[in-house]
Amino acid sequence: MSLAGKAALVTGASRGIGREIALELARQGANVAVNFSGSEAKANEVVDEIKALGGDAFAIKCDVSHSEDVTAMVKAAIDRFGKLDILVNNAGITKDNLLMRMKEDEWDDVLNINLKGVFLCTKAVTRQMMKQRYGRIINVASIVGVSGNPGQANYVAAKAGVIGLTKTTAKELASRNITVNAVAPGFISTDMTDKLPEDVKQEMLKQIPLARFGDPEDVAKVAAFLASDAASYMTGQTLHIDGGMVM
Amino acid sequence: MADVLERVTKIIVDRLGVDESQVTLQASFKEDLGADSLDVVELVMELEDEFDMEISDEDAENISTVGDAVNYINSQK
Repeated sequence: MSLAGKAALVTGASRGIGREIALELARQGANVAVNFSGSEAKANEVVDEIKALGGDAFAIKCDVSHSEDVTAMVKAAIDRFGKLDILVNNAGITKDNLLMRMKEDEWDDVLNINLKGVFLCTKAVTRQMMKQRYGRIINVASIVGVSGNPGQANYVAAKAGVIGLTKTTAKELASRNITVNAVAPGFISTDMTDKLPEDVKQEMLKQIPLARFGDPEDVAKVAAFLASDAASYMTGQTLHIDGGMVM
Repeated sequence: MADVLERVTKIIVDRLGVDESQVTLQASFKEDLGADSLDVVELVMELEDEFDMEISDEDAENISTVGDAVNYINSQK
Protein backbone atom coordinates (compact mmCIF):
# COMPACT_ATOMS: atom_id res chain seq x y z
CA MET A 1 0.00 0.00 0.00
CA SER A 2 1.75 3.08 -1.27
CA LEU A 3 -0.22 5.60 0.78
CA ALA A 4 -0.13 3.90 4.18
CA GLY A 5 -0.60 6.41 6.98
CA LYS A 6 -1.27 9.37 4.67
CA ALA A 7 -4.15 11.77 5.36
CA ALA A 8 -6.28 12.95 2.45
CA LEU A 9 -9.15 15.32 1.76
CA VAL A 10 -11.24 14.68 -1.35
CA THR A 11 -13.85 17.27 -2.35
CA GLY A 12 -17.05 16.14 -4.01
CA ALA A 13 -16.36 12.61 -2.83
CA SER A 14 -19.90 11.31 -2.39
CA ARG A 15 -20.42 10.37 -6.04
CA GLY A 16 -18.75 9.67 -9.37
CA ILE A 17 -15.04 10.24 -9.87
CA GLY A 18 -14.53 11.81 -6.43
CA ARG A 19 -16.07 8.81 -4.70
CA GLU A 20 -13.83 6.42 -6.59
CA ILE A 21 -10.72 8.53 -5.85
CA ALA A 22 -11.56 8.54 -2.13
CA LEU A 23 -11.96 4.76 -2.18
CA GLU A 24 -8.77 4.18 -4.18
CA LEU A 25 -6.72 6.37 -1.81
CA ALA A 26 -8.17 4.33 1.07
CA ARG A 27 -7.32 1.05 -0.68
CA GLN A 28 -3.74 2.31 -0.87
CA GLY A 29 -3.78 2.91 2.88
CA ALA A 30 -4.77 6.57 3.26
CA ASN A 31 -7.28 8.00 5.73
CA VAL A 32 -9.80 10.19 3.95
CA ALA A 33 -12.01 13.17 4.72
CA VAL A 34 -15.02 12.71 2.43
CA ASN A 35 -16.44 16.09 1.43
CA PHE A 36 -19.97 16.46 0.07
CA SER A 37 -22.36 19.32 -0.53
CA GLY A 38 -25.75 17.65 -1.00
CA SER A 39 -25.60 13.87 -0.83
CA GLU A 40 -24.97 13.16 2.84
CA ALA A 41 -26.30 9.59 2.71
CA LYS A 42 -24.01 8.75 -0.20
CA ALA A 43 -21.03 10.36 1.54
CA ASN A 44 -21.72 8.20 4.59
CA GLU A 45 -21.72 5.12 2.36
CA VAL A 46 -18.24 6.06 1.15
CA VAL A 47 -17.13 6.53 4.75
CA ASP A 48 -18.48 3.11 5.69
CA GLU A 49 -16.70 1.48 2.75
CA ILE A 50 -13.41 3.08 3.76
CA LYS A 51 -13.82 1.97 7.35
CA ALA A 52 -14.54 -1.55 6.10
CA LEU A 53 -11.17 -1.37 4.32
CA GLY A 54 -9.58 -0.62 7.68
CA GLY A 55 -8.96 3.09 7.21
CA ASP A 56 -10.26 6.10 9.08
CA ALA A 57 -12.74 8.39 7.33
CA PHE A 58 -15.44 10.94 8.04
CA ALA A 59 -17.97 12.85 5.96
CA ILE A 60 -17.92 16.63 5.99
CA LYS A 61 -20.41 18.97 4.37
CA CYS A 62 -18.98 22.06 2.69
CA ASP A 63 -19.72 24.29 -0.27
CA VAL A 64 -16.20 24.76 -1.66
CA SER A 65 -17.04 28.20 -3.04
CA HIS A 66 -17.37 29.67 0.49
CA SER A 67 -14.03 30.47 2.04
CA GLU A 68 -15.14 30.27 5.68
CA ASP A 69 -16.68 26.83 5.16
CA VAL A 70 -13.54 25.67 3.37
CA THR A 71 -11.33 26.86 6.22
CA ALA A 72 -13.50 24.99 8.73
CA MET A 73 -13.44 21.83 6.58
CA VAL A 74 -9.65 21.82 6.31
CA LYS A 75 -9.34 22.43 10.04
CA ALA A 76 -11.67 19.50 10.74
CA ALA A 77 -9.53 17.21 8.58
CA ILE A 78 -6.31 18.31 10.29
CA ASP A 79 -7.88 17.96 13.74
CA ARG A 80 -9.04 14.46 12.91
CA PHE A 81 -5.87 13.14 11.26
CA GLY A 82 -3.22 15.35 12.89
CA LYS A 83 -1.92 16.33 9.44
CA LEU A 84 -2.96 16.62 5.81
CA ASP A 85 -0.84 15.09 3.06
CA ILE A 86 -3.15 14.91 0.06
CA LEU A 87 -5.80 17.26 -1.31
CA VAL A 88 -7.91 16.19 -4.26
CA ASN A 89 -9.89 19.07 -5.73
CA ASN A 90 -12.66 17.18 -7.44
CA ALA A 91 -15.93 18.97 -6.60
CA GLY A 92 -17.57 20.23 -9.75
CA ILE A 93 -20.89 20.98 -11.39
CA THR A 94 -22.15 21.57 -14.93
CA LYS A 95 -24.72 24.05 -16.17
CA ASP A 96 -24.46 23.59 -19.90
CA ASN A 97 -25.86 26.04 -22.39
CA LEU A 98 -24.89 27.64 -25.65
CA LEU A 99 -22.87 30.76 -25.07
CA MET A 100 -25.58 32.93 -26.58
CA ARG A 101 -28.14 31.51 -24.19
CA MET A 102 -25.95 31.15 -21.14
CA LYS A 103 -27.20 33.17 -18.19
CA GLU A 104 -24.84 35.09 -16.00
CA ASP A 105 -25.69 32.97 -12.97
CA GLU A 106 -24.97 29.78 -14.93
CA TRP A 107 -21.52 31.18 -15.63
CA ASP A 108 -20.98 32.34 -12.05
CA ASP A 109 -22.17 29.14 -10.38
CA VAL A 110 -19.88 26.92 -12.43
CA LEU A 111 -16.85 29.22 -12.08
CA ASN A 112 -17.44 29.56 -8.33
CA ILE A 113 -17.51 25.83 -7.63
CA ASN A 114 -15.17 24.52 -10.30
CA LEU A 115 -12.45 27.17 -10.26
CA LYS A 116 -12.76 29.40 -7.20
CA GLY A 117 -13.38 26.28 -5.12
CA VAL A 118 -10.02 24.87 -6.19
CA PHE A 119 -8.31 28.14 -5.30
CA LEU A 120 -9.94 28.29 -1.85
CA CYS A 121 -9.24 24.67 -0.93
CA THR A 122 -5.65 24.90 -2.15
CA LYS A 123 -5.06 28.09 -0.21
CA ALA A 124 -6.55 26.57 2.91
CA VAL A 125 -4.30 23.49 2.93
CA THR A 126 -1.10 25.30 1.97
CA ARG A 127 -0.21 26.43 5.47
CA GLN A 128 -0.29 22.90 6.85
CA MET A 129 1.54 21.41 3.87
CA MET A 130 4.25 24.08 3.97
CA LYS A 131 4.86 23.33 7.64
CA GLN A 132 5.03 19.63 6.90
CA ARG A 133 7.37 20.20 3.98
CA TYR A 134 5.18 17.67 2.23
CA GLY A 135 2.04 17.83 0.16
CA ARG A 136 0.30 16.35 -2.84
CA ILE A 137 -2.39 18.39 -4.53
CA ILE A 138 -4.34 16.77 -7.34
CA ASN A 139 -6.81 18.81 -9.33
CA VAL A 140 -9.51 17.17 -11.37
CA ALA A 141 -9.67 19.21 -14.57
CA SER A 142 -11.25 17.92 -17.77
CA ILE A 143 -10.16 17.14 -21.27
CA VAL A 144 -12.58 19.82 -22.50
CA GLY A 145 -10.42 22.36 -20.64
CA VAL A 146 -7.78 21.48 -23.24
CA SER A 147 -9.92 20.94 -26.33
CA GLY A 148 -12.95 23.20 -25.79
CA ASN A 149 -16.50 21.92 -26.10
CA PRO A 150 -19.60 23.61 -27.52
CA GLY A 151 -22.31 24.21 -24.92
CA GLN A 152 -19.86 24.30 -22.03
CA ALA A 153 -18.29 27.76 -22.14
CA ASN A 154 -18.51 28.08 -18.34
CA TYR A 155 -17.26 24.56 -17.57
CA VAL A 156 -14.46 24.70 -20.14
CA ALA A 157 -13.29 28.12 -18.93
CA ALA A 158 -13.24 26.84 -15.35
CA LYS A 159 -11.35 23.65 -16.23
CA ALA A 160 -8.82 25.49 -18.40
CA GLY A 161 -8.43 27.82 -15.43
CA VAL A 162 -7.76 24.85 -13.17
CA ILE A 163 -4.95 23.71 -15.49
CA GLY A 164 -3.34 27.17 -15.32
CA LEU A 165 -3.84 27.32 -11.56
CA THR A 166 -2.19 23.89 -11.27
CA LYS A 167 0.94 25.16 -13.04
CA THR A 168 1.21 28.34 -10.98
CA THR A 169 0.58 26.60 -7.67
CA ALA A 170 3.15 23.97 -8.64
CA LYS A 171 5.77 26.67 -9.21
CA GLU A 172 4.95 28.56 -6.01
CA LEU A 173 5.05 25.53 -3.73
CA ALA A 174 7.75 23.36 -5.31
CA SER A 175 10.45 24.58 -2.93
CA ARG A 176 8.39 23.25 -0.01
CA ASN A 177 8.11 19.74 -1.44
CA ILE A 178 4.49 20.20 -2.39
CA THR A 179 3.61 18.87 -5.84
CA VAL A 180 0.55 19.98 -7.75
CA ASN A 181 -0.73 18.05 -10.73
CA ALA A 182 -3.98 17.73 -12.62
CA VAL A 183 -5.86 14.91 -14.24
CA ALA A 184 -7.99 15.65 -17.28
CA PRO A 185 -10.63 12.96 -17.66
CA GLY A 186 -12.34 12.47 -21.00
CA PHE A 187 -15.70 10.76 -21.23
CA ILE A 188 -16.14 8.94 -17.93
CA SER A 189 -19.41 7.15 -17.12
CA THR A 190 -20.88 9.03 -14.13
CA ASP A 191 -24.14 10.73 -13.14
CA MET A 192 -22.75 13.87 -14.79
CA THR A 193 -22.33 12.25 -18.20
CA ASP A 194 -25.41 9.99 -17.97
CA LYS A 195 -27.46 13.13 -18.56
CA LEU A 196 -26.20 13.38 -22.15
CA PRO A 197 -28.48 12.16 -24.97
CA GLU A 198 -27.68 8.77 -26.50
CA ASP A 199 -26.84 10.14 -29.97
CA VAL A 200 -24.31 12.54 -28.42
CA LYS A 201 -22.69 9.62 -26.58
CA GLN A 202 -22.44 7.56 -29.78
CA GLU A 203 -20.89 10.50 -31.60
CA MET A 204 -18.32 10.93 -28.82
CA LEU A 205 -17.44 7.24 -28.86
CA LYS A 206 -16.22 7.67 -32.45
CA GLN A 207 -13.66 10.20 -31.24
CA ILE A 208 -12.07 7.83 -28.72
CA PRO A 209 -9.21 5.67 -30.10
CA LEU A 210 -9.54 3.16 -27.25
CA ALA A 211 -13.20 2.86 -28.30
CA ARG A 212 -14.82 2.84 -24.87
CA PHE A 213 -15.93 5.28 -22.24
CA GLY A 214 -13.80 5.47 -19.13
CA ASP A 215 -14.79 4.34 -15.67
CA PRO A 216 -14.23 6.37 -12.50
CA GLU A 217 -11.59 3.74 -11.55
CA ASP A 218 -9.54 4.73 -14.60
CA VAL A 219 -9.23 8.23 -13.17
CA ALA A 220 -8.88 7.15 -9.54
CA LYS A 221 -5.85 4.97 -10.23
CA VAL A 222 -3.99 7.82 -11.90
CA ALA A 223 -4.93 10.19 -9.07
CA ALA A 224 -3.61 7.67 -6.54
CA PHE A 225 -0.40 7.41 -8.55
CA LEU A 226 0.03 11.21 -8.46
CA ALA A 227 -0.52 11.10 -4.69
CA SER A 228 2.15 8.44 -4.23
CA ASP A 229 5.92 8.71 -3.94
CA ALA A 230 6.18 7.15 -7.40
CA ALA A 231 5.20 10.59 -8.76
CA SER A 232 7.47 12.67 -6.53
CA TYR A 233 9.45 14.14 -9.47
CA MET A 234 6.31 15.32 -11.31
CA THR A 235 4.70 18.68 -10.73
CA GLY A 236 2.60 21.11 -12.75
CA GLN A 237 1.49 18.40 -15.17
CA THR A 238 -1.91 17.61 -16.58
CA LEU A 239 -2.44 13.93 -17.37
CA HIS A 240 -5.08 13.12 -19.97
CA ILE A 241 -7.23 10.13 -19.04
CA ASP A 242 -9.39 10.04 -22.11
CA GLY A 243 -8.73 6.90 -24.11
CA GLY A 244 -6.61 8.96 -26.48
CA MET A 245 -9.36 11.42 -27.42
CA VAL A 246 -7.10 14.47 -27.26
CA MET A 247 -3.40 14.16 -28.03
CA MET B 1 10.25 43.99 24.42
CA ALA B 2 13.56 42.20 24.84
CA ASP B 3 11.72 38.95 25.24
CA VAL B 4 9.78 39.48 22.01
CA LEU B 5 12.95 40.38 20.09
CA GLU B 6 14.70 37.32 21.47
CA ARG B 7 11.92 34.96 20.39
CA VAL B 8 11.58 36.63 16.99
CA THR B 9 15.34 36.41 16.48
CA LYS B 10 15.40 32.72 17.28
CA ILE B 11 12.69 32.00 14.71
CA ILE B 12 14.50 34.04 12.05
CA VAL B 13 17.83 32.34 12.73
CA ASP B 14 16.20 28.90 12.56
CA ARG B 15 14.13 29.61 9.49
CA LEU B 16 16.53 31.62 7.36
CA GLY B 17 19.80 30.12 8.54
CA VAL B 18 21.36 33.52 9.17
CA ASP B 19 23.76 34.53 11.95
CA GLU B 20 22.18 36.03 15.05
CA SER B 21 24.33 39.15 14.65
CA GLN B 22 22.64 39.89 11.31
CA VAL B 23 19.21 40.05 12.92
CA THR B 24 18.98 43.73 13.83
CA LEU B 25 15.78 45.75 14.14
CA GLN B 26 16.63 47.52 10.88
CA ALA B 27 17.34 44.34 8.94
CA SER B 28 14.95 43.72 6.03
CA PHE B 29 13.90 40.10 5.59
CA LYS B 30 14.26 40.22 1.82
CA GLU B 31 17.10 42.74 1.34
CA ASP B 32 19.37 41.82 4.24
CA LEU B 33 18.44 38.33 5.39
CA GLY B 34 18.06 36.59 2.04
CA ALA B 35 14.39 35.68 2.41
CA ASP B 36 12.14 35.21 -0.62
CA SER B 37 8.41 35.98 -0.62
CA LEU B 38 7.48 32.47 0.51
CA ASP B 39 10.02 32.64 3.36
CA VAL B 40 8.35 35.81 4.62
CA VAL B 41 4.91 34.14 4.49
CA GLU B 42 6.32 31.24 6.49
CA LEU B 43 7.96 33.55 9.02
CA VAL B 44 4.64 35.29 9.59
CA MET B 45 2.99 31.85 10.06
CA GLU B 46 5.58 30.92 12.65
CA LEU B 47 5.23 34.23 14.46
CA GLU B 48 1.47 33.62 14.62
CA ASP B 49 2.09 30.26 16.27
CA GLU B 50 4.83 31.50 18.58
CA PHE B 51 2.83 34.46 19.87
CA ASP B 52 -0.60 32.83 19.54
CA MET B 53 -2.08 35.57 17.38
CA GLU B 54 -3.55 36.02 13.94
CA ILE B 55 -1.81 38.41 11.59
CA SER B 56 -4.12 39.50 8.78
CA ASP B 57 -2.85 39.49 5.20
CA GLU B 58 -3.09 43.28 5.15
CA ASP B 59 -0.92 43.62 8.27
CA ALA B 60 1.49 40.97 7.08
CA GLU B 61 2.16 42.98 3.92
CA ASN B 62 3.51 45.82 6.07
CA ILE B 63 6.01 43.62 7.88
CA SER B 64 9.27 43.86 5.98
CA THR B 65 11.92 44.33 8.68
CA VAL B 66 12.67 42.63 11.98
CA GLY B 67 11.63 45.85 13.73
CA ASP B 68 8.27 45.82 11.91
CA ALA B 69 7.60 42.33 13.22
CA VAL B 70 8.62 43.16 16.80
CA ASN B 71 6.59 46.38 16.82
CA TYR B 72 3.55 44.62 15.40
CA ILE B 73 3.69 41.89 18.01
CA ASN B 74 4.10 44.40 20.84
CA SER B 75 1.23 46.52 19.53
CA GLN B 76 -1.11 43.49 19.62
CA LYS B 77 -0.36 42.54 23.20
